[in-house]
Amino acid sequence: MKYAAGRLLHAVFLLFGVSILSFLFSAMAPGDYFSELRLDPRVSPETIAGLRAQYGLERPLPVRYAAWLTSAAKGDFGYSLAYHGPVGPLLRERMRGTLLLTVTATLLAWLLAIPVGIWNAAGRGTWRDSAASLTLSVLLSVPDLLLALGFLMFAVETRWFPIGGMRSPGWESLGAAERVRDVAWHMALPVALLAMGMLPVLIRHVRASMVEVMDSPFALNARAHGIPRARLFYRHLLPAALNPLISLFGFSLGTLLSASLLIEVVMGWPGLGPLFLEAIMARDFALVLAVVMMSATFLVTGNLVADLLLYRADPRIRVR
Amino acid sequence: MRDHRSLGWWLAFLGLFHGAILLAGFLAPYHFAEQHREFPFAPPARIHFWDQDGHFHLRPHICGLEPDLAAGAYREDRSRAYPLHFFLPVKPGDAAGLLPLDRRLFGVEAPGVIFLLGSDGYGRDEFSRVLYGGQVSLLTGLAASFLSLGLGLVLGLAAGFWGGWADQILMRTGELFLALPWLYLLLAARAFLPLNIDPVQAFLLLVAIIGTVGWVRPARLIRGVVLSGRERGFVLAARGFGASGGYLVRRHILPMTFSVVLTQATVLIPQYILAEVTLSFLGLGIAEPVPSWGNMLAEARQYHILASHVWMLAPGLATLPILLAYLRVADRLQQNATP
Repeated sequence: MKYAAGRLLHAVFLLFGVSILSFLFSAMAPGDYFSELRLDPRVSPETIAGLRAQYGLERPLPVRYAAWLTSAAKGDFGYSLAYHGPVGPLLRERMRGTLLLTVTATLLAWLLAIPVGIWNAAGRGTWRDSAASLTLSVLLSVPDLLLALGFLMFAVETRWFPIGGMRSPGWESLGAAERVRDVAWHMALPVALLAMGMLPVLIRHVRASMVEVMDSPFALNARAHGIPRARLFYRHLLPAALNPLISLFGFSLGTLLSASLLIEVVMGWPGLGPLFLEAIMARDFALVLAVVMMSATFLVTGNLVADLLLYRADPRIRVR
Repeated sequence: MRDHRSLGWWLAFLGLFHGAILLAGFLAPYHFAEQHREFPFAPPARIHFWDQDGHFHLRPHICGLEPDLAAGAYREDRSRAYPLHFFLPVKPGDAAGLLPLDRRLFGVEAPGVIFLLGSDGYGRDEFSRVLYGGQVSLLTGLAASFLSLGLGLVLGLAAGFWGGWADQILMRTGELFLALPWLYLLLAARAFLPLNIDPVQAFLLLVAIIGTVGWVRPARLIRGVVLSGRERGFVLAARGFGASGGYLVRRHILPMTFSVVLTQATVLIPQYILAEVTLSFLGLGIAEPVPSWGNMLAEARQYHILASHVWMLAPGLATLPILLAYLRVADRLQQNATP
């Protein structure tokens, strides 16, 4: 319990640090949303000064930070100048889009990676293992961007999958089953892309940690007792090899919000990535800050969850 | 034994690749911004050794292109042959890139055009642009990882060797940097800096952002090496003989970090090349008309272009061999480090 509280406190401090640092950077940034207006000769400097005062951009920094913090506590995360409204609702809608994509892909990738990794570890040193390792390293070196463009081309050429978006026009008029099928159809390519990006890393780690326990004396002992292979691998070796995988799982959780940025942009998925990019282009700092904070929160929480899971799974950590 | 040989092969390949990119001014038939407005989206050129009568020529030629408006594509006009010429002088003012030379490897006479990898929407030669764009992308990757490793080395040494409050501050600050996903950190840093800037400024800005954002991992690794190295027998002995801190760092600690720095370089360089490609692709990096692999790929983002003009993916495919090679080298080095 004490351990969990300590870790939690650490995470909260970390997030405060990130928020202060990014707030400082956004305040020091040259130009803001209104600097675009300044180029327009019809808008007088007085108007801009008035607007800046109206939105409270002229107040001292600590006051602005405090105001932002209260707004963040209410779930608003400040006021988006480009979208003319509080950031919160906007953020939540886009986060749903991203999470739908990433949660599905992460689940899929893990469900595939564990059996494939174990299968590779079991056939260690054979041609099958070296072929798999070569395939994985080729797959690992294919940038997400290129893979996404390739998939996009595939979708355009075959017309089997829709291009861009999350729903077909007229989605509201469909029945419940039809709606689900429509969204699934739109998700198929982005999810496949994301999972393909995650797979090589996951498989490599599963294989490496399995190989490590396969050499331990207890594994040899279990094998000598004639425990069947499948049972040996899944019931005896996998739990022993779990520690590094738990850390990796925490990392997977942490990147749920950020892993799909490029894929969303290329495939036109209405998630957090395109919103973040638009916010950067429009110099809408409230929105940028909110996205940064959300992604940091996810990453820190993911690491926290991994730490706590490790603490539960491995008694050796509790003794320390 | 076999591992060493394959490491050598991969290194040789990397050397060749970098050399080719460095020699863009010689290998590219055109300046990166030279436009042939009459040939937008021309397909990759076909090189012929046999003319239309079936006679063999040792000097290859390419044929004139006729726009075929009905099909929305190009047709080869076999009656107009333009033989390839080698070691052509470069037109004055056309030399560009890192190594501007006054000769080009090959080219064709004026009305003919040679687009080995096709042309883009402005009729610019994709092959030349991939070469010149490679200079931008690779140089960004190399310079940024140099910066990152330099920062990591200085900070890691300071934290590991002198310890105390410097160590505490550095490690806590590092945690702040690691609390953000890498791409988000990069984009956030880019968001708070000016957007519309000229290519040279953009290049320097990218190097600075990518380099400084990534200092944490190398710094942590180097700190680890220094922490363990500080307690090694011969270091303690040197200290016992009265060696100064500066001498110990220079003579004993620094050489210990070399293998980590080298391995980290092979990990960071491809990552940073990709970072540049990504940022420029998203419109936050190097801007037209200067090519980089990223902003060239941005053109392929419009799917109607991508569907009928596959060669627009060439800059993306160019990243593949170099990323694979770096990955293999990094793998091998890590395997050698932990037998």
